Amino acid sequence: MTQLALVIDLNVCVGCHACVTSCKEWNTSGVAGALADENPYGADPSGTFFNRVQTYEVGQFPDTQTVHFPKSCLHCEDPPCVPVCPTGASYKRKSDGLVLIDYDKCIGCNYCSWACPYGVRELDEKEKVMKKCTMCVDRINDENLADEQRKPACVLACPTNARLYGDIHDPESIVSKAIRENGGYQLMPEWETKPANHYLPRRSASAIDNVLSRNVEQQRPNELKATDAPAKP
Amino acid sequence: MSAIEHDTPDNQKTEVKSTTCYMCACRCGINVTLRGGEVRYIEGNPNHPLNQGVICAKGAAGIMKQYSPARLTQPLRRKAGAERGAAEFETISWDEAFRVMETRLARIRATDPKQFALFTGRDQMQALTGLFARQFGTPNYAAHGGFCSVNMAAGMIYTIGGSFWEFGGPDLEQAKLFVMIGTAEDHHSNPLKIAISKFKRSGGKFISINPVRTGYSAIADEWIPIRPGTDGALLLALNHELVRQRLYDEAFVTKYTNAGYLVNDDPDSPEYGLVVANGNTPADNPHRTHSQLWWDAGIHAAVSNHAPGCKPALSGRYTLPDGTPVRPAFALLAERLEQYTPGWAAEITGVSAERIRGLAREMGEVARDQKITLPIRWTDSWGRMHETVTGNPVAFHAMRGLAAHSNGFHTIRALSILMSLLGTIDRPGGFRHKAPYPRGTPPVYARNPVSGEAVLPETPLGGAPLGFPSRPEELFVDDAGGPIRIDKAFSWEYPLAIHGMMHNVIANAWRGDPYRIDTLMIFMANMAWNSSMNPVETRRMLNDRDETSGEYKIPFIIVCDAFESEMTAYADLVLPDTSYLERHDVMSMLDRPISEFDGPVDAVRVPILPPKGECKPFQEVLIELAGRLKFPAFTTPEGTRKFRDYPDFIVNFQTEPNSGQGFLIGYRGAAGDKSMVGEPNPKQWEMYAANNCVFQHHMPPEHQYMRNWNQGYNDWAVKAKLRRFGDPVMIQIYAEVLQRFRLAARGYGKRQPPAQLKDRIEQYFDPLPFYYEPLEVSLSDKQKYPLAAITQRPMAMYHSWDSQNAWLRQIHTHNYLFINTKTALSAGISDGGWMWVESMHGKVRCLCRHSEAVEPGTVWTWNAIGKARGAWHLAPDANESQRGFLLNHLISDELRNAQGTRTSNSDPLTGQAGWYDVRVRIYPAGADEAKESSPQFDAMKPLPGTTPLHRLWQAFVAGKGPNSGARE
Amino acid sequence: MNPAFSVIFLTTLIGAGQGLFLALMAIQSGIIAVPSASARLFFIAGDAVALAFLVTGLVASFFHLGHPERAWRAVAMWRNSWLSREVIVLPVFMAVVALHGLCLHTGFAYADQIGIAGAVLCIALFYITAMNYVCLRFLQEWATPLTIVNYTLLGCASGFTLATALAAAMEPALAPDLGRWALALTLLAASARIASLIRNARLRPKSTLQSAIGMRHPHIVQKAQGFMGSAFSTREFFHGRTRQVVQGVKWGFLLLAFVAPAVILGLGSTDGRVSLSGASIAFVTQYVGLLAERWFFFAQARHPQNLYYQAAS
Ligand SMILES: Nc1nc2c(c(=O)[nH]1)N[C@H]1C(S)=C(S)[C@@H](COP(=O)(O)OP(=O)(O)OC[C@H]3O[C@@H](n4cnc5c(=O)[nH]c(N)nc54)[C@H](O)[C@@H]3O)O[C@H]1N2
Ligand SMILES: Nc1nc2c(c(=O)[nH]1)N[C@H]1C(S)=C(S)[C@@H](COP(=O)(O)OP(=O)(O)OC[C@H]3O[C@@H](n4cnc5c(=O)[nH]c(N)nc54)[C@H](O)[C@@H]3O)O[C@H]1N2
Ligand code: SF4
Ligand code: SF4
Ligand code: SF4
Ligand code: SF4
Ligand code: SF4
Ligand SMILES: [Mo]
Repeated sequence: MTQLALVIDLNVCVGCHACVTSCKEWNTSGVAGALADENPYGADPSGTFFNRVQTYEVGQFPDTQTVHFPKSCLHCEDPPCVPVCPTGASYKRKSDGLVLIDYDKCIGCNYCSWACPYGVRELDEKEKVMKKCTMCVDRINDENLADEQRKPACVLACPTNARLYGDIHDPESIVSKAIRENGGYQLMPEWETKPANHYLPRRSASAIDNVLSRNVEQQRPNELKATDAPAKP
Repeated sequence: MSAIEHDTPDNQKTEVKSTTCYMCACRCGINVTLRGGEVRYIEGNPNHPLNQGVICAKGAAGIMKQYSPARLTQPLRRKAGAERGAAEFETISWDEAFRVMETRLARIRATDPKQFALFTGRDQMQALTGLFARQFGTPNYAAHGGFCSVNMAAGMIYTIGGSFWEFGGPDLEQAKLFVMIGTAEDHHSNPLKIAISKFKRSGGKFISINPVRTGYSAIADEWIPIRPGTDGALLLALNHELVRQRLYDEAFVTKYTNAGYLVNDDPDSPEYGLVVANGNTPADNPHRTHSQLWWDAGIHAAVSNHAPGCKPALSGRYTLPDGTPVRPAFALLAERLEQYTPGWAAEITGVSAERIRGLAREMGEVARDQKITLPIRWTDSWGRMHETVTGNPVAFHAMRGLAAHSNGFHTIRALSILMSLLGTIDRPGGFRHKAPYPRGTPPVYARNPVSGEAVLPETPLGGAPLGFPSRPEELFVDDAGGPIRIDKAFSWEYPLAIHGMMHNVIANAWRGDPYRIDTLMIFMANMAWNSSMNPVETRRMLNDRDETSGEYKIPFIIVCDAFESEMTAYADLVLPDTSYLERHDVMSMLDRPISEFDGPVDAVRVPILPPKGECKPFQEVLIELAGRLKFPAFTTPEGTRKFRDYPDFIVNFQTEPNSGQGFLIGYRGAAGDKSMVGEPNPKQWEMYAANNCVFQHHMPPEHQYMRNWNQGYNDWAVKAKLRRFGDPVMIQIYAEVLQRFRLAARGYGKRQPPAQLKDRIEQYFDPLPFYYEPLEVSLSDKQKYPLAAITQRPMAMYHSWDSQNAWLRQIHTHNYLFINTKTALSAGISDGGWMWVESMHGKVRCLCRHSEAVEPGTVWTWNAIGKARGAWHLAPDANESQRGFLLNHLISDELRNAQGTRTSNSDPLTGQAGWYDVRVRIYPAGADEAKESSPQFDAMKPLPGTTPLHRLWQAFVAGKGPNSGARE
Repeated sequence: MNPAFSVIFLTTLIGAGQGLFLALMAIQSGIIAVPSASARLFFIAGDAVALAFLVTGLVASFFHLGHPERAWRAVAMWRNSWLSREVIVLPVFMAVVALHGLCLHTGFAYADQIGIAGAVLCIALFYITAMNYVCLRFLQEWATPLTIVNYTLLGCASGFTLATALAAAMEPALAPDLGRWALALTLLAASARIASLIRNARLRPKSTLQSAIGMRHPHIVQKAQGFMGSAFSTREFFHGRTRQVVQGVKWGFLLLAFVAPAVILGLGSTDGRVSLSGASIAFVTQYVGLLAERWFFFAQARHPQNLYYQAAS
């Protein structure tokens, strides 16, 4: 069984927001329609984004870490947002484990967003349907795209390659190895939602011998090896 | 059926075109997807050497820039009777606009060309704008470099012949230790991010020295918080330790720097402090002597430098046969460094002496013990062949945290010397040059005029507007020693102002010091706001009238902008520029190309959309005006126009008749098969367009390192017209150039500084680096204003110009002042509370954010988020103006000393604006005060031609295509 | 959470409607008092009022939907979604209430059986409605059987008070008994609600900033949430009111939903007479109290997602 996921490497994320706007750009331009912006040039603008980068300060001066923390739907393996949906608009896809929303079925009741502990679902205030990260299904499934382009927009955009993409159920995938070798972890494990997306923690400078360092070159998302390409649905 | 799963029902034509991004000056390659003629998607071009497929937040939001309602679309003229700043305009035709400009400029050119000043901001086509000014005949031209990072350029170029910024950088692919100082985002944004993450992943250690921990510093393995403006002390102490612990690379220092050169040590000599030469100045390079002496300790005699078999003395005192006492330059440096102990620096910087010692050891040991050797055979400038290239893998990067202080030049000299002592210049794992650098210390390719005779009616300027003075005779001053340029660059006030001093222009022109001008043309600079120190004063000056004539003190202002910026309100004539997706553009080797370590790279932009409305590329405006005004370089011998348009100009212009050198280095020659130099190629644009809009020349490995002293490379560089002369570029640990000015201050030579500047020249033109408090700090009451205030570049915003972008402005809608939690609490300011921050120049009410990631003596904010009400086409209640603020209100372009004498708030050597020197105090705002930022300004009215803002919603972008999603 | 008024009205209105219907059933089944023959009209009116409450509640719920025209789709997932079940059971219950009234009106024979079916549906509906909240396990304030008890008791209390008022108007003989039941239910509901207040006050959130971002350090503070205007995540999950306001609402609802109606009902039932005005006032106060209670129910629930949205800069 395939479970596609993003693995976010907090050790190299510089908080540049490239993943944020490239996500917005791809998805708002995509076939599923626009992501609205309310008051775009006025007071308190507000818009639908699938991915946000947050900043935390850990520790106190001078022993402070500034942590940039990108977050989008984690495509939980046991997603609480799915069973609560009364219409079936919210569903988990068997073929690749993605949690998706069918905008045509969604009644905009917000209930699934209440059921997600991670705050990644956003009601599009213009279209009045629930939206969230799609793992760029319309890229990764688009057979017209070259293989190396069949990756999420945010992954291709990220200048530090802090966003790895692949199948966490394939032990040989780059994401599985990265999780294994770098202490990859999940958010809010206490709810047993089993998020597919993982985070790699800050690591010390001592030479890191693992998939990330060994394959620095292959690490560029557009150079991932064939085994890391997503399964065809 | 799921909406997101079906395939694109595409009956519209989809095409992908490549061009070059200009959401910032990094200039990444992008692929733009168009559907039905609308931009749908902008992504990084995977085949581009610079960004290798990645993109940044701004680049990916380019769509919203293209379709921004703040876009100017028509030429505008200030309404008769309307005040400047009131933003009352009428639309006019381009014909009319050109008529107005032609008449005015022709009159100025025929009488006194100085009366026309052209200053450009985030301009990346200075080769053209500079050429235009030079052909016009005005010396009053510069781009933004003078207020940006000229200290970085000058400090390093005068020391190692190249610089960070676009002209060199850290070789992180091979480095083991990386020390980043005072850098938030840099010009090389995406490549630096790519490199830092690879570096970290391959186990390198990354140390950041910065008062604030954001962005890149966030992922540093170690953060060394430092007090702003004190890095000079830290760097000198590190140098001190390297010398004391003998951790410097002696072989490198001896061979490749002027460490062994003998310096005249006779205080009574007119040559005191100059490097002694044996008088054989080579004819091929009149600007340099090649005959400096070494002291051969073996035979106890002075010999020519690099004499075979000689190991020069680096210490001691010697006497030449003619009786001249001399000392090796290194001995002078070592002596200077003695006082700069870690203990001394700890007091100043806030970094412990222990850490300074440890840091020096760490650098020195990595450099010494982890050497890289590459099997690359090369020949040095003295004819010796080397089988390998060695590298000491300690890399540095620094930017405005060092540059934007009025003591920055010497700080950066200290850094350059540190890098040189470690033996890391143009070597693997260290600092590496990018073409067209390295060049001389200083370069000789551009020479500014040296006297008033260079400025004549109807005549091009007798020299380049900007140059690299190396002696008083090369200053641009009149017979009385006064400045000739309006900004006083290259005068005794700022002898090494190699990028000009844009920040002085408005005040000087307003005051008539050194003289009044008639027309000020501003391109791509928001001088009425964020690129002005003290915008309130600047706005007043722009709007001020002469009491007797009733005319504006700056009579005519032309602004070319793409958006409704604060500056446009002060224009008499507004020229609507195209967006970067609508024009031809070149990133020229004559200017600031995008070269890589392994060879020159330049790039172009090609239009992928038609201009919006009446927008016209500024390039076309200049070409048109140059033709109308009949500039020699733009006119045929028959007197007709030489270039049809900008693309035609780029293809056919050559720096000299048949020089084969033009704006672009790629696809030259009739068939497009030559590079660097070659005849014009009529198909050049097409060939660039077909090749990702970029041209990259890969040099052979033997030309990629040690270029300062690499004969093979330098011979090639001369042929490729990157350099005028192929002589070695010696590192100036001892800057003889500075001593020449100092000697003038001591009364030697034909040109001497005016009396009131003698002491200043004497003090600052020290050939050895030294530490002094930034000018503003030394003039501040530190009891009253105990804190330093600085800004950071946000990665997701480019200066002021992205607030019109609906996506980016959601990320930075307004700004806070970040204050160390303890500092804020002791001032009684709560997290998220309103507060005042006050300097001796002004005060600002703003919101506070407590932070642990800032040194307790520093407060900071994101740069240029705050906006004037109504500007950028934002609603009058938009957060940017109501809750956002500009730190610039606390800064001043001018300082007054105890005697009340005015000086520019700039580095006394280079004229670099001292942005990060201001001292402030903080206190809470009263509970009864308005909950809005202060100062506030009258709301700017939307300009004619911009899109009315009646839509509350913006769903996607264009509003035309069936898929656009704009529902209103 | 940010209390949504549509949901507040939905749950309180149908709760009162359901309670009223149960009161009618209690009478019909003889648990409370033997109705006089003339009480048929009272029953019909009771069904009508219950139905009116249910319909108004349903109408209110539509305001919660982005796409009310697609509301019918919500029946699809009854196998796993409590909301879907509610969407099915509520209309069915409404139909049964209507049918019950109709049977009484037309004299159709099976009114009693229909009434029993209605009562079963009514209790199921309490359970299902509550389960919508109970099943959101990381909303710890909600994820407790007390939520079910409260939804049921609060609905019953308000419904019985409403029934008392209705009886006072139409069938005064029934009013004192109903009033006593209403009082008892009100007191019962009060104790259950106070029990849940005590429980919730003692809750320790299972999620922390540490588990939210996966860093163990004791000192973590958010500086930026990724945007500065607002977003769905900052609007939907937090009420934006001060602690004082929330506390005020708490005391307000305790007073209005429990103390005041209990006093009025208590006074009314001691002298054996229940005045229409007294009972009406009791119901209106109690209903307003329940609106506040429901507001508080939402406001008090701390959604773990809020850990991610604490500061902008
Ligand atoms: N996204 C984005 N990119 C940009 C720009 C932008 O606006 N947005 N602007 C472009 C321009 S014009 C420029 S010039 C470059 C500038 O690039 P940078 O020089 O990287 O930009 P600054 O934000 O000026 O960064 C200065 C850094 O120096 C630190 N600093 C200040 N004073 C001191 C000091 O005394 N010592 C030390 N050690 N550090 C200090 C500040 O905390 C800050 O981190 O960026 C370019 N790139
Ligand atoms: N407090 C503080 N102030 C600073 C700095 C700081 O660190 N702190 N940094 C300083 C530095 S290094 C710099 S470089 C300056 C930058 O200052 P500026 O160069 O003045 O600032 P920008 O906001 O980049 O805006 C330039 C103008 O270019 C316009 N523009 C954008 N695109 C185009 C185009 O395609 N064509 C034309 N014609 N115009 C266009 C924009 O609308 C804007 O009006 O700011 C300086 N000011
Ligand atoms: S693009 Fe990459 S580095 Fe930038 S914020 Fe996103 S994950 Fe971090
Ligand atoms: S992160 Fe939230 S929305 Fe995404 S699958 Fe998990 S619970 Fe559902
Ligand atoms: S908002 Fe849409 S996706 Fe979410 S639960 Fe309701 S119907 Fe399902
Ligand atoms: S995978 Fe696609 S939809 Fe998800 S965050 Fe990345 S770009 Fe956005
Ligand atoms: S770094 Fe600058 S040039 Fe490169 S993509 Fe971003 S905005 Fe464009
Ligand atoms: Mo700059």
